[in-house]
Amino acid sequence: MEVNSWVLWQFDVLILLMVLVCAVVALQLRDLVASAISFGAYSFFMCLLWTLMLAVDVAFTEAAVGAGVSTVLFLGTALHIRRRAKD
Amino acid sequence: MADFIQALLGHYNNWAFILLLMIGFYAMIAKNNLIKKVIGMSIFQTAIILFYVSMAVKKNSTIPILDHGHGAVEHAIDVAAYASPLPHVLMLTAIVVGVATLGVALAIIQKIHRTYDTIEEDEIMEIIAQ
Repeated sequence: MEVNSWVLWQFDVLILLMVLVCAVVALQLRDLVASAISFGAYSFFMCLLWTLMLAVDVAFTEAAVGAGVSTVLFLGTALHIRRRAKD
Repeated sequence: MADFIQALLGHYNNWAFILLLMIGFYAMIAKNNLIKKVIGMSIFQTAIILFYVSMAVKKNSTIPILDHGHGAVEHAIDVAAYASPLPHVLMLTAIVVGVATLGVALAIIQKIHRTYDTIEEDEIMEIIAQ
């Protein structure tokens, strides 16, 4: 049962690149709701990365807490206040 | 030279960790919007979690769950066949603490918005200076 074989390093690099892209996009968007959604995508890619790195318990906690609860918290705050950010 | 390039490219997880850490740090320092600062803080936290989980990975190992649980294992366990679970449980705590921090930060931001009617740092500073 070789889960972590050499075949998977391309997936690893691809997901790391997607994580970096989502982080930069979440910080650069002016619309706070779009920023919150992009941060949810970032958390989901982090969850995929941790599944690849054999940390399944961290992965499902991140999927529930990171991609789920914190996206809802960000969306709630962003919809409650002024949506546009200056930077 | 080839060994050096191999050593640089082989640890791509650590490069991603450094980049994410610096992205989050930049956002915490330089962003003007308070929610962007909080997103930067979350990115900083996940970067550190990425570093710790990277330390637990072993080559040709599987997920740290025993095939036969509850006393069925009578022989010694081959530790090298499983990824190290200790950084995983430490980072599990860090994720939960992180979302608690996030909730408190967003509640404080809503309170700031109610008081100053803005969440841009420079506008808040102008109102405070008056």
